[in-house]
Amino acid sequence: MSDQTPGHTPERPDAGEEQSVAATPPGETGGPTVREQERPGVLQQILGGSALMSVLAVVLALFIGGLLIAFADEDTREAATYFFARPLDTISAGWTAMAEAYVAMFRGSVFDWQAATFAGAVKPLTESMVFAIPLILAGLGIAVGFRAGLFNIGAQGQIIVGAIVAAWLGFAFDLPPVIHLLVAILGGAIGGAVWGGIPGVLKARFGANEVIVTIMLNYIAVYLISYILKQPGFNPGRTGQRSPAVSPDATYPLLVPQWLWPDNGFRLHWGFVVAILATVFVWWLMERSTVGFQIRAVGANPAAARTAGMSVGRITVITMVVAGALAGLAATGQVLGTERSLTAGVAASFGFDAITVALLGRSRPWGTFFAGLLFGALKAGGFLMQSLTSTPIDIVLVVQSLIVLFIAAPPLVRTVFRLPDPDRRRRRKAGPGTTPQEATA
Amino acid sequence: MKLELQGITKVFGSLVANDHIDLVVEPGEIHALLGENGAGKSTLMNVLYGLYDPDDGQILLDGSPATFKGPGDAVSAGIGMVHQHFMLVPVFTVAESVALGYEPTGAGGVLRLEEARRRVREISDRFGFQVDPDARIEDLPVGVQQRVEIIKALSRDAQVLILDEPTAVLTPQETDELIRIMRELKESGTSIVFITHKLREVRAIADRITVIRRGTVVGEASPTSTETELASLMVGRSVSLTVDKEPAQPGEATFEVENLSVVAPNGTVLVDDISFDVRAGEILCVAGVQGNGQTELAEVILGIEEPDSGSVRLDGEDLLGKGVKERLRSGIGFVPEDRSTDGVVSSFSIAENLVLDLYDTQPFARGVSMSPAKVTANAEQRTEEFDVRYTSVHDPISTLSGGNAQKVVLAREMSRPLRLLVASQPTRGLDVGSIEFVHRRVVAERDRGTPVIIVSTELDEVLGLADRIAVMYRGRIVGIVDAKGEDGAPVNRDVLGLMMAGVPLEDAQRQAAEHHSVLGAADLGDDGPRPAAEGETRHTSAEGETRHTSAPASTEERP
Repeated sequence: MSDQTPGHTPERPDAGEEQSVAATPPGETGGPTVREQERPGVLQQILGGSALMSVLAVVLALFIGGLLIAFADEDTREAATYFFARPLDTISAGWTAMAEAYVAMFRGSVFDWQAATFAGAVKPLTESMVFAIPLILAGLGIAVGFRAGLFNIGAQGQIIVGAIVAAWLGFAFDLPPVIHLLVAILGGAIGGAVWGGIPGVLKARFGANEVIVTIMLNYIAVYLISYILKQPGFNPGRTGQRSPAVSPDATYPLLVPQWLWPDNGFRLHWGFVVAILATVFVWWLMERSTVGFQIRAVGANPAAARTAGMSVGRITVITMVVAGALAGLAATGQVLGTERSLTAGVAASFGFDAITVALLGRSRPWGTFFAGLLFGALKAGGFLMQSLTSTPIDIVLVVQSLIVLFIAAPPLVRTVFRLPDPDRRRRRKAGPGTTPQEATA
Repeated sequence: MKLELQGITKVFGSLVANDHIDLVVEPGEIHALLGENGAGKSTLMNVLYGLYDPDDGQILLDGSPATFKGPGDAVSAGIGMVHQHFMLVPVFTVAESVALGYEPTGAGGVLRLEEARRRVREISDRFGFQVDPDARIEDLPVGVQQRVEIIKALSRDAQVLILDEPTAVLTPQETDELIRIMRELKESGTSIVFITHKLREVRAIADRITVIRRGTVVGEASPTSTETELASLMVGRSVSLTVDKEPAQPGEATFEVENLSVVAPNGTVLVDDISFDVRAGEILCVAGVQGNGQTELAEVILGIEEPDSGSVRLDGEDLLGKGVKERLRSGIGFVPEDRSTDGVVSSFSIAENLVLDLYDTQPFARGVSMSPAKVTANAEQRTEEFDVRYTSVHDPISTLSGGNAQKVVLAREMSRPLRLLVASQPTRGLDVGSIEFVHRRVVAERDRGTPVIIVSTELDEVLGLADRIAVMYRGRIVGIVDAKGEDGAPVNRDVLGLMMAGVPLEDAQRQAAEHHSVLGAADLGDDGPRPAAEGETRHTSAEGETRHTSAPASTEERP
């Protein structure tokens, strides 16, 4: 323990201190059984943050993203060559570049006031929602894992497997409408659940680290989909890139049908309703069900959960299955709604963006929902920003990454905005440094 | 070196941990800092050691002000600290540990370990520490590890030594040894600040006592004050140190453990072939120094740990093979040793923590759907019944003090009809008021006819609560003694102390009759009818004498 720097979390003095965990005569009794430290401290800290911190992280990320846009801008750089002669030129050029880029992004993601029709003006918002569907659903899956203390990095693989199953059920079978869709959706969820369940079982039974297993399963899923797309049944065009189109019976209907609003051009489909329903379900699951109670207990303190008679292994498996099923649902949004066939790039980077979404949403269902919407908007807006201004779309990735960075470093955001540290009075967990028991273990 | 703290103030958020504390430590004096957990003792010492910046006040060394930016400054100013949890690297040797942080180096930055070895040997010989510079830390008993910490401080020329709760991890005999060392240090002119909440120790060795309560100095006391006086000063009201209980009315032995063994995966025997029973309506205390197999025993009873052999039977039915959930619901109440790790989920609300075991049963859940209203109603009833002080039952349990959190655990575990109650360290870290409450509850449960097992490392608690006492040492039960002999006199605490160091009952009785421990001597002249004061009868010849029982302490050296 070093000296106390500002922003460093000071332990609450003395209070709640126990002279617990006294040392054992080491080497003699071998010490008490070492408990697995399953609690990721960082995760706790990130999830413990407030909604305000999320908002501030976004604001800060957008601001820094804006600076980068300004620096990347031709005019700004030109003006910067004579910065010391006329500094205001540089600043105003930078400001213009930043404003233009963000205005374009807004027009591309929320409301385009320059569009010819009202439908055209509203279309960006619906596009954002389309992009948000897989982000929200997969994000919910990640969030459930976080609540159980599991770093599920495998949403990508779970999406891919879910997509394979959903697409196959969608194009290879001929079932009545509605039923066909439901079967395909269910199949996608089960596909994801199986892929998510594997690391769950491996962790529960053999103690395999879920981070490593899910990352490896992502690789397997990526090669699985390229293999499957080369199989005759999946590969009518012999390109190995795209499966047959999903039967119209098995696709999500458009949310705003043409007969209701002709020529609206919206791609938004019922997958968004599924996302809302899933959000409500996850809220119920976590806050009102006995399963969620156990998931939260295991996530917050596995030792206490075990002492209270819960089966940590069983909850780990259940959590991973639920997480995988949600990722599978995210896949259905793509193959049964947006793309309507299976492609090699079906998962894009949704599985990884979903981690960011869950972090930004603090693993709360509605937080994840709105974080998903925001990220959908960033994606949708990025396209128009790139075409209207000279700003590369990659800046969106930079902004996303900055958001995660700031969320992962709450003290940094607090310092920037001069906020007090809410952890100041948090109970001290361990004494200064480790206890001898941990040290000798 | 004369150390003065003037008006030290340290504020954490809305909590004033230290409120204008003044403290003077004269050269060569043992100054006890007495206060309950949470009173602000450790904060004050962390300020002194440079770990915290004080918000107000100053530190004077021999009259001149000093500021410490970090522990480094404090160390170079001659202040040494031995933390409650040692700061040692287990795989290092003693010499390496002592060298850590001020490594003596020769040409080209090569570590001169010989120099460190020499220092260890020199200090060790001077004060009779008996520490081998080449022993590995992890092979040393706790008492010796503590001496390594002291050597470390002394090797940096500490003139003021801060000992933070140094006796928490020691056997009574190791405590005696520590007290001897403290006296030696004092003789050589080192000042010692001794932080504790144990009244007995304070009276045994302190030259002066400063009592802290809620961040302020409430008074100075002399070592001749009685324990009751000190306790009252510490708590702020008059306290009773006795546990009021009727003699036990034990019935049948309903809980039996036979030939139980637990072996760690690495082959270490944690619980070694132990057998005992507990009768309905009696309290069996499992006494012993931390880490002698009590934790594992309790975990086997609950089912968290599987034994390698033996049987555990409750009302004639075998418990082994049943899950934790099944055991809890069949009527075992379990108060875990480490409340914050095993007892509560600190981010959960008080109400949620109160249903941590019964969350999926009626009336808290129907099917998989939980009923928050029922959970809240239950919480309000239980907290009322167990006198838990809180703002809202929906607040996280981490907002409660240790005592109140422990009451929540008790309320949860005692809300089911019990056939067996197992409580490990039920009063660790609690304030005196909460301790009284917990003890009353435990005795009430006993009087209801429940067999009760209390695992405790605090001799006072054991002597106060137990009807019978089983002493554990290195996984074995050294002996089981009745808390009161046939003549009605309570068992001698020296005997128990020796048993806790592995000395068999008869030998312990013989040795206890020959020697008198420092702490036993401190009992003399006490006022209150305290269950722990029974040593008096045997101490008639020990007036003012401070011989320590050397035999068991030295057997604690490396085997």
